Order: sequence, then C-alpha cells, then structure tokens
Amino acid sequence: MSGIGDYLASLVDYLDVNGTLVWDALQQHVVLALVPVVIALVLSLPIGYLAVRYGWLYHPLLNLSSLLYAIPSLALFAVLPLLLGTRILDPLNIVVALSIYTLALLVRTVADGLRSVDPTITQAATAIGYRRIRRLVSVELPIALPVLFAGLRVATVSNISLVSVGALVGVGGLGQLFTRGFQLFYSVPIVVGLVLSIALALLADLLLVLAQRALTPWTRAGVSTR
Amino acid sequence: MIEFDQVVKTFPDGTTAVDHLDLTLPDGKITVMVGPSGCGKTTSLRMINRMIDPTGGTIRIDGDDITSKDPAELRRGIGYVIQQAGLFPHRTIVDNIATVPFLLGTDRKQARAKALELMERVGLSTSFAKRYPVQLSGGQQQRVGVARALAADPPVMLMDEPFSAVDPVVRDQLQAEFLRLQQDLGKTIAFVTHDIDEAIKIGDLVAVFAEGGRLAQIAPPETLLAEPADDFVAGFVGHDRGFRGLSFTQASALPVEPVDRAVDGATLSRDDAGRPLGWTRGDGETLIDHDGTFGPDNSVRAALDVAIRSPLGVAVRVDEHGRADGVVRHETIATFLRERHQAGGGSA
Repeated sequence: MSGIGDYLASLVDYLDVNGTLVWDALQQHVVLALVPVVIALVLSLPIGYLAVRYGWLYHPLLNLSSLLYAIPSLALFAVLPLLLGTRILDPLNIVVALSIYTLALLVRTVADGLRSVDPTITQAATAIGYRRIRRLVSVELPIALPVLFAGLRVATVSNISLVSVGALVGVGGLGQLFTRGFQLFYSVPIVVGLVLSIALALLADLLLVLAQRALTPWTRAGVSTR
Repeated sequence: MIEFDQVVKTFPDGTTAVDHLDLTLPDGKITVMVGPSGCGKTTSLRMINRMIDPTGGTIRIDGDDITSKDPAELRRGIGYVIQQAGLFPHRTIVDNIATVPFLLGTDRKQARAKALELMERVGLSTSFAKRYPVQLSGGQQQRVGVARALAADPPVMLMDEPFSAVDPVVRDQLQAEFLRLQQDLGKTIAFVTHDIDEAIKIGDLVAVFAEGGRLAQIAPPETLLAEPADDFVAGFVGHDRGFRGLSFTQASALPVEPVDRAVDGATLSRDDAGRPLGWTRGDGETLIDHDGTFGPDNSVRAALDVAIRSPLGVAVRVDEHGRADGVVRHETIATFLRERHQAGGGSA
C-alpha cells in the first residue's frame, strides 16, 4: 500500500512543481486535436457531397482518402515543413497533418452518411419543392447525422491520441510529457500525460454523444403505437 | 385541368416509356392511370411535376406549359403522395405536414396550426403531432402523407400508388376516407395504381395504359367495364367485369316486394321498430338468419350479394332507420338485369 501511496505523493509533487507546464500542454493538446477536426469537417462536407452527387467521383475520392490515411504520421510531420515552408517546430505542421488524416476519415463518413438516406425520401423532398442545397441542408444532412457522428467520434478520439506523436518533432501537447519521462527515465510525467490524454478522449467522446442525442431525438423515439 | 399533348418519353437506353400520349385530366376529378408494370403510368405522372422531363410534346396545367415555371415553384403548387408516404424521419408529424408551407415562407405558427387542422381532417388524432413517423403505423403514415400533400391547398394532386403498401383492410378505409375528403375538396387528382379494382373504386375517369406507353382507353369506370375498347382492356379489367359493373347501378332501381310477402312459406319477422330479425316458418320460431340487408343507396352489386348469401335467396331492404321496407329475390334481380340489357339501357 505504501508503494501506491508514495507514488501518489510523487504525482502530487510533480503536479505541484510542473502544474503550469502540464496545464499548458493540456491546452495545446486540446487545440492541436480539435482544430483539425473542425477544419476537416468543414472540408469533408462539400467533398463527401460531391462524391455522392457525381457517382463517378465516389471511388477516386474515397481511394485517395484511404491513401492519405496510409501515410505514416511521423513521416508526414517531418515532410510537411518542406512542403509548407514552415519551421520544423511550427504547430501548424501538426494541425495540417492531423487535418489530412481527419479529412481522410470524414470524407468517407460524409459520403456514406449521405448515401444512407433512403432515396424515396430525397425524391419526395424534391417532388414537394425542395431545391438541391436546401434539401441537402434540411433533409439529407440531418438524416445522415447518426452516421456523421459515428465518424466524428472515431476521428476525434484518434486525433487526441495522434497529437502525442507530434512530441517527437517537438510539438505534441501532452506528448511532451512522454518524451520528457523517457529522457529522465521517470514514469510520473508519462502517467500524468496518459491519464490526461485518456480523460480528454473520454470527455470529448461524451460531449459528442450528448450533442448527438440533442440533435437526433427521432432516433430514440420508441415504436409505441404500432 | 392537366393536358398531355403528344407527350413522348424515350429513355437514353432507347426504351419508349410513353408514346405520343394525349390525355386530359379534368378539373375537380380523380383520373386514375392504371396498367401493367412498364406501361408508362408512373413516368406520365412524374412528368406532370417535372420529376421526369418528356423528350417530346407538351404538358399544360390550366393552359400553362409546365416548363414555363421553375421546377421547385411548380412542385410546391402540386400535392404529391407516394407509396410508403416518404415522410421525413427526423421531423415530427406536425412539421412533416407543414413542410410545403414552410418552404413557401408561411409563418411557422400559422403553418403548424393549419397542419393540426389537417391531421383531424385525414382522421389522425392530434395527439400524434409531436411524434416521429417511425412511431406511426403504415396506415397512419399514409394519412400523414395525404395531409402533407394538402397542406398548401394545391389545386392539383399527384398520387403514386399511395395505398399499395398497407394491408387490405386499412387500404379500404384509406380509400373510403380519401373519397370522402375529395368530395369536400374537389382537387384535380392524377392517381397511379396497378390495381384495377382500386382504379374502378377511386376513379371518376380511368385511363388504361398498355405496354409501351400507349393509352388503350380512357373512360368512366362503368363504361370501361361495360364497353372495353379492345381485348387488352377487356383482359385487364378482368373476367368478372359484368358482376363488378353492377357496382354502378343504385339498388333503388330494383323492384321490391312488400315485407310481409311469404317466401317459401317463411315470413320476415321484425321487432317493434320494424327492424328485421330473421325469417320464420309457421311455428313462429326464428329459423333462418336474414344475413345482411341493403339500403336504397347501396349498389345492385351489394343487393345481389345479400340475396346470394341469404339461404332463401332473398335480400331484405332497409330504410335509413334500419326498418325493413321491402324484399328482393335474386330472380327479380336477374329479371331486372335481363330486361335492362334488352332495353339497351345502362351498363353491364
């Protein structure tokens, strides 16, 4: 018991001394993980829509997405400064790299979500007077929300874990605690980083689930009067 | 009035779905387009609201070429009901019904109030207003579909097999309610079905389509049954068209015998109010169920059906209060039909 007690005591000591550092790392982690999700979501909507609207684009676009996702993350972090002309330690590299991965995931999600909408419903919408864009915004996207949220949850959680890899090229939110721990042969910062990273992922996932529940009440409507 | 003028639809693969169609759907009437699959009836319907564009010819609504309007504008002015209702799963019932008014920019509160009114009109409890489509039965969803089509009070309605996906009992109900509704509303309705019985029941006019998008005949249902234009129509309307044709003659035309007339030694006993109880023989005990009655507003078909079911071969006629006011033997009905046929009057 005293072993665990001692360890907890050293955790508290560590946070006491390095509180600001941990807090900054956590904030950076949140920004680095979530900004790419927002960017990718905004980009994936039109791309996913095009893939569905023009059937011949579906396979090329989705294959390209899979290809992007297959690039090793560390290699991408290292190559991006060359392509973007950024400094090697620029957080922008991480944001761009993670945006690419998230985009690769979300394009498929958006395309599959839109394809999940029953064509009789989209046809009925057109037949009663919806124009294309309004139909997309007020009929197809809302009906695709359950599929979109499923993809968004995977992308968000995987981003929160991927940010740490950025520490190997100097910018990595909580990942810095891992590199520091390895350098010092000291496990406390690693445990702190791990716990916070997992807590962050769980929290983000929980928020997404709550948002989905609020936005898709019809999916929980019981079949009560049949 | 909806007019098809030499309308042709050829699909890119070369098949002709609709072949030089001339067809007029009169104002305030239900025109049913019926035919086997691949006859172009649905294609014709969907050309009216420009879901499909014809490759030749013109379609006019009240004299205006439909291509002179923006498609979305045109569609908002045409009610549309499809099989399976095509409701929006993410919207409540009341918002589904109010969809077109919302699109037209009607005030939300006003549109919802109108939607609630329509729910009652189509036989739905307003307690369903806040529910989602998945919580309703097929028949209820179809009623919502009809209400949604009526919400903006369009003069024209298109109905594409609207009652095909529900079970026969519910279908009968929906058809009867729909006809009642139409009596009040007097919409100009194009109605597609593959079911000739439905066509005959629903239609003021029935347009029979043959394969290849050819219009084989358009006529009121009784004419269609009595005088099919060709073998295709005769075959399509079916072999019992003679019997079904009796639906169009009111039973009030049948000669009746007095209620106290003995039939095969049996007399009709009645309660104090005059309602029939059953047939009795000399001993006064009720022996034989009279098995149904008909009223003067029923058809000859209904009267004949009652007579056939009756063990004595006699149908009891009742007035609006349920009092027996006459009996008809099936021989009498047969004689009536034979004489009418010889006189060349009426149909069937």
